[in-house]
Amino acid sequence: MKLELRGITKVFGSLVANDHIDLVIEPGEIHALLGENGAGKSTLMNVLYGLYDPDDGQILVDDVPVQFTGPGDAMAAGIGMVHQHFMLVPVFTVAENVALGHEPVKGGGLIDARRARRLVQEISDRFGFEVNPDAMVEDIPVGVQQRVEIIKALSRDARVLILDEPTAVLTPQETDELIAIMRQLKAAGTSIVFITHKLREVRAVADRITVIRRGKVVGTADPSASETELASLMVGRSVSLGVDKAPAAAGDATFRVDDLTVMDDAGTAVVDRVSLDVARGEILVVAGVQGNGQTELTETIVGLRKPVAGSIRLDDRELVGRSVSQVLEAGVGYVPEDRSTDGIIGTFSVEENLVLDLVTSPPYSRGGALARGTIRDNAEQRIVEFDVRTQSVETPAGTLSGGNQQKVVLAREMSRPLRLLIASQPTRGLDVGSIEFVHQRIVSERDNGTPVIIVSTELDEVLALADRIAVMYRGRVVGVVPGDTDRDVLGLMMAGVPLEEAVVQAAEHHTTLGEADIVAEDAPGTDAARDAAAAREEEIQ
Amino acid sequence: MTQQATPDDAAALPPTPAPPSDTQKTEPPAGQNILREMLESSWLVSLLAIVAALILGGVLIAAADPAVQEAATYFFARPSDFFAAVWNAVFGAYSALFQGSVINFQAPDLARALRPLTETMTVATPLILAGLGLGIGFRAGLFNIGAQGQIILGGIFAGFIGWTFALPPGLHLLLAVLGAALGGALWASIAGVLKARTGAHEVIVTIMLNNIAIYLVAYLLTTDPFQAPGSSNPISPRIPTTAQFPLLLGEGFRLHLGFVLALLVAVGVWWLMERSTLGFRFRAVGENPNAARTAGMSVPWTTVWVMAIAGALAGLAGSAQVLGTEKVLTAGVAASFGFDAITVALLGRSRPLGTVLAGLLFGALRAGGFAMQARTGTPIDIVLVVQSLIVLFIAAPPLVRAIFRLPTPGGPTRAERHAARQRAKAATTTTTTQEAGA
Repeated sequence: MKLELRGITKVFGSLVANDHIDLVIEPGEIHALLGENGAGKSTLMNVLYGLYDPDDGQILVDDVPVQFTGPGDAMAAGIGMVHQHFMLVPVFTVAENVALGHEPVKGGGLIDARRARRLVQEISDRFGFEVNPDAMVEDIPVGVQQRVEIIKALSRDARVLILDEPTAVLTPQETDELIAIMRQLKAAGTSIVFITHKLREVRAVADRITVIRRGKVVGTADPSASETELASLMVGRSVSLGVDKAPAAAGDATFRVDDLTVMDDAGTAVVDRVSLDVARGEILVVAGVQGNGQTELTETIVGLRKPVAGSIRLDDRELVGRSVSQVLEAGVGYVPEDRSTDGIIGTFSVEENLVLDLVTSPPYSRGGALARGTIRDNAEQRIVEFDVRTQSVETPAGTLSGGNQQKVVLAREMSRPLRLLIASQPTRGLDVGSIEFVHQRIVSERDNGTPVIIVSTELDEVLALADRIAVMYRGRVVGVVPGDTDRDVLGLMMAGVPLEEAVVQAAEHHTTLGEADIVAEDAPGTDAARDAAAAREEEIQ
Repeated sequence: MTQQATPDDAAALPPTPAPPSDTQKTEPPAGQNILREMLESSWLVSLLAIVAALILGGVLIAAADPAVQEAATYFFARPSDFFAAVWNAVFGAYSALFQGSVINFQAPDLARALRPLTETMTVATPLILAGLGLGIGFRAGLFNIGAQGQIILGGIFAGFIGWTFALPPGLHLLLAVLGAALGGALWASIAGVLKARTGAHEVIVTIMLNNIAIYLVAYLLTTDPFQAPGSSNPISPRIPTTAQFPLLLGEGFRLHLGFVLALLVAVGVWWLMERSTLGFRFRAVGENPNAARTAGMSVPWTTVWVMAIAGALAGLAGSAQVLGTEKVLTAGVAASFGFDAITVALLGRSRPLGTVLAGLLFGALRAGGFAMQARTGTPIDIVLVVQSLIVLFIAAPPLVRAIFRLPTPGGPTRAERHAARQRAKAATTTTTTQEAGA
């Protein structure tokens, strides 16, 4: 099915979200829609899916103009959409979720559960999704939930599949599985619109790339285009994708974690006898696949969790047993992993969010009363210093973009003298411009002589920031290695392979992995790369 | 190099354990979201909810009116009769309600003409005080249903101090009032501490505490220290004048200093919530307990404080009844003020000014209701129905908007949010281009 958008325009108030956008999706192609957060990608897709009524322009399916008044029309025309946030009922089974909305019915108005299950099984088998139709959605991993969404779309005979930021919620491993699925779907003749702001993924999987900036198509590109080219096109200026940083001038190790063990509610050790130290003027990155205890480690350091054993010492003061506010007072700055739930209060103004953990002490309050002038002055200063794009200091923080919310959190945590900075996933979900800024600020905090701990699941970020890297796997530190450690070695360590062994294995297979980047540009070759990787995987086990 | 995930890195990894799903965020319970939604809809909706409730109330008044019923039997012969009867019934009832609660036009002199207004203010006093306390709880994310019990405890403490001790005027009143606040605070703190320590839900605990308080006061009024000497009725000794709230307008008017206290407390609550660090914490915990915790605030500690302050204010409402309006303690000291105060706080959006206005409205409905029943025979229950309808409409802002054909605020919220993001982004790109140029 060929899908064409001609001159689509959508205006919200004074804002032109989509400005005469033309887009052609050929049958059986993976078409990437690349743009920063807020560039107008999602608006365009919501127009296509019938959720918004375009102010101008036409949608053509197989060269016939169509009009969608709702998602129902779009689905009937063969368009399926997988939203960034899944639309699934957690307490329903996979089959029930897929059937929801157009349940197969047998005599007497009863739902034909068997047919619904068979449908799921069929699609799952056809594409090798490995989805159990009887599994409860709440029990399956996020990556599999996404496959359920895809099955849902396919079961309604979608021939064009829109994937809205599909990798935002996935671990690197799940991302890889998704890419494989996308290729299979493409082979079966389904067209895919792949919305993203992640350059590597685009180059790995797309047949054609359309770049959108500020509601306009600013260019198309081949997957062979370099990442720097794509980034410049997307941001509208030249960007540096690396981080400029001088070698660390590490001082004394003023922060030390010894033999720390933390249990979860079920009684399993999520942090298992972890020992670390960080020196002044040094960035230690805790690397690892999501869910290997990094979150619990940082939460324990800040005092949000109680460890069962071990000690945490900052400047020779024990932090275990202290409350969160005492730990913060000791000079710890903490940027939580999930800024919207833990970092800011969405309904509070920017100025209030900038003093969230400072407000009970002078100069921001006097005798229990808020010092509103000081709070205002502080906000105005931080906004300039951290380049927070907000209409005013009274704007509710929840209305800012993700990048600006993160800058608010960073600005707050760095606005007092720090003895230790901990930032968890500091750039998750941010656009290129913001990532650049956040990285610079972290490095400059290090250069001020603050020990810095960064938790990151993204290898690129790990390598860009780290002076030393501690790799965590299943709650343990597999090893602490220098910041310039080989990417292959790190990858293996993240899978639990000890350092020496990882070095040996990486040396043997270096070529395969070294080629991965090049292979990614050439879609047909990637299967070979994965086969090689799988083979190596077997060797490891 | 980008900072994005590389699929091919991942390809190199053997299967890793699925991320444990123990993110253990304390999701705000569904009830809290509803609460927030009710608090966030606009003032206009509140006003229109009142109008809509009065209109529906008018329909009920007409339907219950014998003259209207009679005229309806020959509606097609003389429809004008029917409409005249409806007009008479509804206008008569509502004007009686108005004259019974604001100005009585038939009164011989100005003082007496304004007497209904003072009645309204008297009745509104406990509603405002308790409503202010509940409002603090609502904004801190606590659905405190226990004002009823807290008012009773306030009344018990105020009354006991009142009739037991002989102290100079002023000091006696002050002690009795503080005692009332303490009594309410202690009672509410039970729920606060249980929630903070064990996670017991405040709705259930406060409801149960209401029941206990009701039977506690009934029991106490059968014991010697509480029963009026020489009486077997469950009624306390009369409060001596030294502990009474002084009347504001002299004999003949029930309005007492408690109303002024309520207004002062409203100002105090405004300061607490908007200008103090304690209020900042309360609001932070109410809006996002996770972020509050991460910022070093203690959620359990806040819970206890919020409940104690809410209880203290409800206790003051009890003192207004015992030391001001009633001047004795009876089992019915709290009437239904504790429950009406919930409505008042919700109608007032948990803001002090709103709560004062909503308290006055409910005071007026109640004070005027008696006049309406006496003068037009319209049952006072209509007032209760109108009160309930107001809450119902406030709970369903889209319904009110649909009735009055108001636009959904700013179009589809999704679009709005998106537009805001776009605008922010547009600004970003403009400036960055400028920077790049410079």
